Amino acid sequence: MKSLAELQAIKNKVRANVEMREGEASTRIVVGMATCGIAAGARPVLNAFVDEVGKRQLSDVMVTQTGCIGICQYEPVVEVYAPGKEKVTYVKMTPEKAVRVVNDHIVNGNVVTEYTIGAATK
Amino acid sequence: MRELSLNVLDITQNSIKAGATLIGIDILENMDLDRLTIRISDNGCGMSEEQVQKVVNPFYTTRTTRKVGFGVPFFKMAAQMAGGDFSIDSTLHKGTVVTAWFQLSHIDRPPLGDINATLLSLIPFNPAIDFVYNRARDGLSFSLDTREMRQILGPDVPLNAPETVQWLREFLEENEAELTGGSPSGAST
Ligand SMILES: Nc1ncnc2c1ncn2[C@@H]1O[C@H](COP(=O)(O)OP(=O)(O)O)[C@@H](O)[C@H]1O
Ligand code: FES
Ligand SMILES: [Mg+2]
Repeated sequence: MKSLAELQAIKNKVRANVEMREGEASTRIVVGMATCGIAAGARPVLNAFVDEVGKRQLSDVMVTQTGCIGICQYEPVVEVYAPGKEKVTYVKMTPEKAVRVVNDHIVNGNVVTEYTIGAATK
Repeated sequence: MRELSLNVLDITQNSIKAGATLIGIDILENMDLDRLTIRISDNGCGMSEEQVQKVVNPFYTTRTTRKVGFGVPFFKMAAQMAGGDFSIDSTLHKGTVVTAWFQLSHIDRPPLGDINATLLSLIPFNPAIDFVYNRARDGLSFSLDTREMRQILGPDVPLNAPETVQWLREFLEENEAELTGGSPSGAST
């Protein structure tokens, strides 16, 4: 059974690595978590991004949350901010789409156009 | 909402928006009383009596320019449709306690769902906020207090370090499994 005491070992281990991680996150993945986003499935989308970013050890990518993005009908909505690039807004996201966004867009730099709001409003 | 744990996530976001530094989440199931009680408490900015009335009954207020939120009314409706009830106790500048209870056996009670996914969507994303989680089910219980975690981790290791999050995940999963004996908690199916 997990115990608080194990945190002591984590503390010692992590402290040694802390300096390695201090670089600023360069890419931000922002998941809309207002009531409508949560109702539409934002939680599993958030967790899929966290898992995939963690699995690939993308230490310069940060997954965060925000409230109302103002486009309820397209929830779950995810925005990707990368330095020097225009914001990309993905709509009607699912955990599967999240995995593809990490692979194609975040890792390989190819925006998944078919999931973007531009494609949805066409 | 399909799962009550999603309401918990939504209601707790209100506490975060209210500037809380300490948030309590209680999920208590009692078969004998046929009751599931969910309580979210915070030390955020609180609300006046009048504000509380507006928030709980958005349909009865005269239209204002401010957009009306539906998170609180959704939660209230869920409780009342499942043979339970709902209350908000709030004091301006002090904090807020939102309590909802449900008849466990009620056919219209949504399942609790993945409460650990909710906690893992809250705690690591708000490393400056402390959370106290109390979980009980028929005489068994466990709790988690991030202030205790912080005390051990010290100032250098944040609550959202990957190793800490992994520990948190396993802690919650193991304890929840112990409580529910392997059966999905609060499951209606
Ligand atoms: N814990 C809280 N502390 C302070 N104010 C709150 C709290 N919960 C709700 N409120 C107020 O009630 C409003 C309505 O909440 P809600 O129904 O969840 O809709 P929304 O969050 O979309 O505004 C919030 O915008 C906020 O002003
Ligand atoms: S209320 Fe739906 S996006 Fe804001
Ligand atoms: Mg809300």
